[in-house]
Formats: sequence, C-alpha cells, structure tokens
Amino acid sequence: MKWISTFGRFWYDFVVGDSVVLAIGGCAVIVIGALLVWAGANAFTQIALPVIVVATLAASLRWPR
Amino acid sequence: MTGTALLVATAFLASAVEMVEALTIVLAVGLTRGWRTALIGMATAGAALAIVILALGPSLVRWVPLRGLQIVVGTLLLIFGLQWLRKAILRSSGLKAIHDEAAIFAREIEQLAADAAYGAGSMDWNGFVVSFKGVFLEGLEVAFIVLTFGANAGRFGPSIAGAVAAVVLVAGVGLLVHRPLSRVPENTIKFTVGVALTTFGTFWGGEGVGVDWRLGDVTLLLLAGFYAAAAFGLVAWLKATSASRSMATTEGSAA
Repeated sequence: MKWISTFGRFWYDFVVGDSVVLAIGGCAVIVIGALLVWAGANAFTQIALPVIVVATLAASLRWPR
Repeated sequence: MTGTALLVATAFLASAVEMVEALTIVLAVGLTRGWRTALIGMATAGAALAIVILALGPSLVRWVPLRGLQIVVGTLLLIFGLQWLRKAILRSSGLKAIHDEAAIFAREIEQLAADAAYGAGSMDWNGFVVSFKGVFLEGLEVAFIVLTFGANAGRFGPSIAGAVAAVVLVAGVGLLVHRPLSRVPENTIKFTVGVALTTFGTFWGGEGVGVDWRLGDVTLLLLAGFYAAAAFGLVAWLKATSASRSMATTEGSAA
C-alpha cells in the first residue's frame, strides 16, 4: 500500500508541483482551446490562448497554492 | 529551422539547469562518502534514465496517435513551463529566495557527514541512494522534455543533442572545479526555459485540439516574445505591489 501512496505523491509533485492553480489552469487552457475551435473561432483562439495562459500565470502568483 | 533551433536550445538549457542541481548532490556525496559511491549512484541513475528514454521513446511515436500525444504533451509542457516561469518570476521579484547551490551543497555535506559511518571497502548504500535519487529525479524532468520534444517533432535528434551537450558541459566543468556551480545564472536560465516550455506547450496543445497556427513555426517566436514580455511585466507588477505594501506597513506602524 505504501508504494502506491509514494507513487501517487511522486506524480502529484511532478505534475502539480508548487501551484495547483497552474495545473488546473494549464488543463483549462487546452479545453477552452478545443471548445473555441469546435465553435469555429480558429483566428480568435490564436489570440485568446496566449492571453489565458498569461492570466493563469498571474493568478498563480496572486494565490500561492 | 526556427523550430529545430528552439528545440535544441530549450533541451540544452533545461538539461543544464537540472544537471547543475544533480552535480551539487553528487559532489556532496563524493566529498563526504567517497567518489566510488557517488559515481556508482550517478552511473546507475544515468542508465535508468537511458532505459526510460529508450523504452518509452519509440513506443510513444509508434503507438500513440499524434493528435493525442500533442494534447497530453502540450498540456504537460504548458504546466511545467508555467511552473518554471512562476518560480523565476517570484525569485526575480524578490518574493522567493534565489536558488543557492552553495547553501544546498553545505546542507547536503552536513547531513551526509552526520549519518552513521560505514565499513571501509563496503558499499555505502546511504551515499548511493542520495547520489542515485539526485541524478534520477533531476534527470527525469529532462528525460520527459527530451522525449516529448522528440515525439512531437517526429525526430529525437535535436532534443537529445541539446541534452547531451548540457550533460557533457556541466559534468566537464564539475570535474574541473570540484565545487558546486554557484555562478551559473540559474534564474535567468529558468526564466528562458519557462518561456520556451510554455511556448511549445501552447503551440503543440493548440495543434492537438485543432488550432491552425496561420504563421506556422514563426508563431513560436511570437508566442515566446509575448510570454517573455508578460513575465517581465509580472515581475515589475510584483515588485511594485510588494513595495507599496511594505510602505503601507511602515506608515501604519509609524502612525
């Protein structure tokens, strides 16, 4: 059992690291990108994605965890 | 061409940063527990990393559809890049202590020297584990970057070349100086790699979900420039807000 929790903690640290905001935000960026492309807004997506990425980064600096 | 140069440069810089950290640990083990233990631990970790890359690399390209790979890899690179960038921004703005290899080296030496002594001629498992873990864990992120860059680009050459050049350079300098490389501008490199990983993450993740980047590889340069400018802006913003906060605290305590 112990190795499962160690394994899980390793992956949590590896992916989430210091900021859960970035882990959730990173996934959200890709999901939003998929939704925008699906809605036919390819040109807008190319501007929106980098802006959302920077907003996620700013949010992670505001909320430490 | 733009993409290849960025691939090599990013793999080189990311590997250099992680290898400087691994070198600090190996040097601490070598000086306190003996070079035999330190080098066996380092070599075993290097072999384990090579097995991970050789086992996963070809199967990633062969079995996983490119679209799926781009989405997963793009998302992970984006998260990693933002983590590196966040740390670099916090350090540049003075809100987080600068990574100090000399201090880490001193702490490792103290801990290892305090551990129980071992019999002469026998294998020092404590030192081995510290050396192995240091190289393996620091190297795993590099292995991940090399793998994902190679898989997405459809060729592993550029990212492996960048990583190997960094390992050879850091190991060579480490052999020469026998001290932790505390003069490496680690935060600047972390900043650069953070920008690059975030750029590739956005680009590949976007491609994976169907974004058609109209400018092709030139988009990489535009994204990198935008993220670098935004990161500098965030450093300035954090400095300004922390300065105004400390001024308000000073005025409050004076009143």
